[in-house]
Amino acid sequence: MIKLFSKKKETKTEKNFYSKTLVISERHLGDYIFQNITRLFAFFVFGLIVLIFLEMFIESLPSINKFGLSFITSSHWDPVKDKYGALPFIFGTLYSSLLALIIALPLSIGVAVFLTEVAPDWLEQPISLLVELLAAIPSIVYGLFGIFVLAPFLRIVVEPFLKTHFGFLPFFKGDMFGFGMLAAALILSIMIIPIITSISRDVMKAIPDSLREGAYALGATKWETIKIVLISARSGILGATLLGFGRAIGETMAVTMVIGNKPEISFSLFDAGHTMASVLANEFTEAASDLYISSLIEIGLLLFVITIVINSIARVVVNRVTKKYGKIN
Amino acid sequence: MTNNLVLSETDAKNGKKELVNRVSVKYLSAYFGENQVLKTVSMDIYDKKVLAIIGPSGCGKSTFIRCLNRMHEEVGGEYTGEIRLDDVDIKKYNSVVLRRKIGMVFQKPNPFPTMSVLDNVVAGLKLNGFKNKTKLKEIAESCLTKVALWDEVKDSLNKPGTSLSGGQQQRLCIARTIAVEPEVILMDEPASALDPKSTAKIEELIYELKKNYTIIIVTHNMQQATRVSDFTAFFYLGKLIENGKTKRLFTKPKEKQTEDYIAGRFG
Amino acid sequence: MKINNKQGWRKRKSNIAVFLAVLSAVLVLIPLFLILFYTVQKGISSINWDFFTQMPKPVGETGGGMANALVGSGILILIGSVMGIPVGVMSGIYLSEQNKGIMPHAIRFLVEVLNGVPSIVIGIIAYITFVIPMKSFSALSGGFALGVIMIPLITRTTEEMVRLVPSTVREASLGLGIPKWKTTLFVILPAAMKGLFTGIILSIARAAGETAPLLFTALGNRFWSTNLNEPISSITVFIYDYAKAPFDDWNRQAWAASLVLIVLVTTLNIIFRFVSRKRK
Repeated sequence: MIKLFSKKKETKTEKNFYSKTLVISERHLGDYIFQNITRLFAFFVFGLIVLIFLEMFIESLPSINKFGLSFITSSHWDPVKDKYGALPFIFGTLYSSLLALIIALPLSIGVAVFLTEVAPDWLEQPISLLVELLAAIPSIVYGLFGIFVLAPFLRIVVEPFLKTHFGFLPFFKGDMFGFGMLAAALILSIMIIPIITSISRDVMKAIPDSLREGAYALGATKWETIKIVLISARSGILGATLLGFGRAIGETMAVTMVIGNKPEISFSLFDAGHTMASVLANEFTEAASDLYISSLIEIGLLLFVITIVINSIARVVVNRVTKKYGKIN
Repeated sequence: MTNNLVLSETDAKNGKKELVNRVSVKYLSAYFGENQVLKTVSMDIYDKKVLAIIGPSGCGKSTFIRCLNRMHEEVGGEYTGEIRLDDVDIKKYNSVVLRRKIGMVFQKPNPFPTMSVLDNVVAGLKLNGFKNKTKLKEIAESCLTKVALWDEVKDSLNKPGTSLSGGQQQRLCIARTIAVEPEVILMDEPASALDPKSTAKIEELIYELKKNYTIIIVTHNMQQATRVSDFTAFFYLGKLIENGKTKRLFTKPKEKQTEDYIAGRFG
Repeated sequence: MKINNKQGWRKRKSNIAVFLAVLSAVLVLIPLFLILFYTVQKGISSINWDFFTQMPKPVGETGGGMANALVGSGILILIGSVMGIPVGVMSGIYLSEQNKGIMPHAIRFLVEVLNGVPSIVIGIIAYITFVIPMKSFSALSGGFALGVIMIPLITRTTEEMVRLVPSTVREASLGLGIPKWKTTLFVILPAAMKGLFTGIILSIARAAGETAPLLFTALGNRFWSTNLNEPISSITVFIYDYAKAPFDDWNRQAWAASLVLIVLVTTLNIIFRFVSRKRK
């Protein structure tokens, strides 16, 4: 197309000499084809996201039409009566992820501080590696560990201890089975620590040493210097936290194996619960009626939308930090 | 296309043919976005002669030769004016075809890292569909011989191109360039990354190559220009200040700026 | 002397902070060692040649193995790779070459979005796209889900690795009169191959560990199957089924299969690190 234009221009004479020519790389046929092939594949990814949303939306329509907004506000999940309200799962997802975050955040920051400010160079690499190894363990293995090691430990040691000493709090009421919200929150926290740690560590590493040196020169202690670094890194750490939160929300296997899988809303950590991801894992293959499946898919749609929103915000935050300090993972 | 231009006295005495105009440049101005890097450069480049382009850093030497094989556009530049190869506007050529006629050797030797010595030499042919293995090997041998590299690498043809020394790599790149049988060879400071011994070898090579190819060499080394070139063009801040026979330009420069540069007063 | 006390307090605070940092590192690594320890301890006793070569035994009988699960995972990852690698590499090339307009940036963003989608949601998509029309669970649908999961990592790695190839290589190729597309395919891509390979290894490691997207796509199969249109077993679903079961023997096999999975994933990660280092 552009070649035709420039050909036309060339038949004109001197005027052309001094005008800036439209020279974009000429279309060699092979280039044109290849460029469009790569474009096709890239747009496939675009189409995939659109497909995900559309397909789930269409399949959830029966449920959306039947229950409307009550789907989110009702906690009545009854496959027998074919009545569905997803509140327990939304609650479970948010509660378990929030708890996981509360446990994971201080630990992750602690490790990040350890890696960037405390540990000697020869120690930093191997410990970083080990933390990344935590991330490489498949979710199902965490679940297995949860069922046979963590849950019994909670049931026999931890929960009785908590009940005895803190039983007056609403978080530690009810029967102690080991399985339940506490187990889920603990496993989730272990799983999200690596991601929060590695991004926080990268952000802190990117903060120039001159800041630290300045602080020391003014007589600051190590802790006071670390505080300054943390404050400078706060938006990056925020981004890391959001990413960790996003990860916790979508986590399926480890959660479903230890959370007890009961569509109930309770603040007690000892009680069983359910999350959006875990109910999908549990009930999808058993869904008998079309409405049942439609409702499950609607839960999937909700999960999809929530994760996209959180991850997008997280990415924007991390990208802004990247622009400021240079590349971070 | 002949052009009865300036004859050197020696040429006239030896009854040599007139200088044949190979590349003509008219009012070339080159831009990177809003930034103008070359200002209305006009010159002629003669067949089978060596033209040296000298000038201080940033004067537009590299940009100039990159306009000639349309590499300037590959990095997002634009130009106005006219460049003709054998009296045909280079824009009329498909850029791929043009670059087979006008080859380029770069400052830092850049053999293809994933290819052997042999594959490097014939890369320009192989990747454009030339399949005959025996013929390819013959061409490789002939090109490597022309660059005086054959004896050194004939037993390690299958070793990676990057396993050679710097000087050898550069000669390999020259062999690679002449394998596609160009008519003009552009060289962008080809010896500046090499040690003196390798530099000398490259200069010898240029002297040999000019029997068969038209050569344009950008150099920041004035002694090198005097050693290898027939013509020299002096650029300064994007403008062509002076252009003429090397001997004359260095002994009796017409422009003050040329004289200052040659005397080492700046750049 | 007041000043001294304050200094002392500041110093002590600092020491406590450092101590807490060290403590965090220790606490965080404890689960790692516990998991590895228990997996080895509980699983190793069931690992033997039979475990790898035999099929699962019927309920009630002890013994049996995970042969079909091993093969199943292999097939699922293969299908996923066939889909994921070309899409990922081509998209990565697209992103590395195109910079004009909003599309490249939009697509890069969407690739990151895709990376964050929970794998169970991907399973739902595979369900809707394949299981419903085909009216059956199948290896194909499971492989598709894994392929989608592999795409973002491969795309990101490809783009990075292609960009890392020095521009001098590109210049040399174009300068020889080699067309742009051949330069990309036959000069630059081979130069980026090692890096690409590491991306592929990593994404295979990730796909190998996925369970959720297979639960209602590939489903699981207690019998031998290599038919792409039928449900197929996999290491991860095997672990899930056997872990949930009320039989001790099955639970033990779940641990053994876990050990196998961990060894597999760790080996892939080690290969990845080895190849990455070599590149430097």
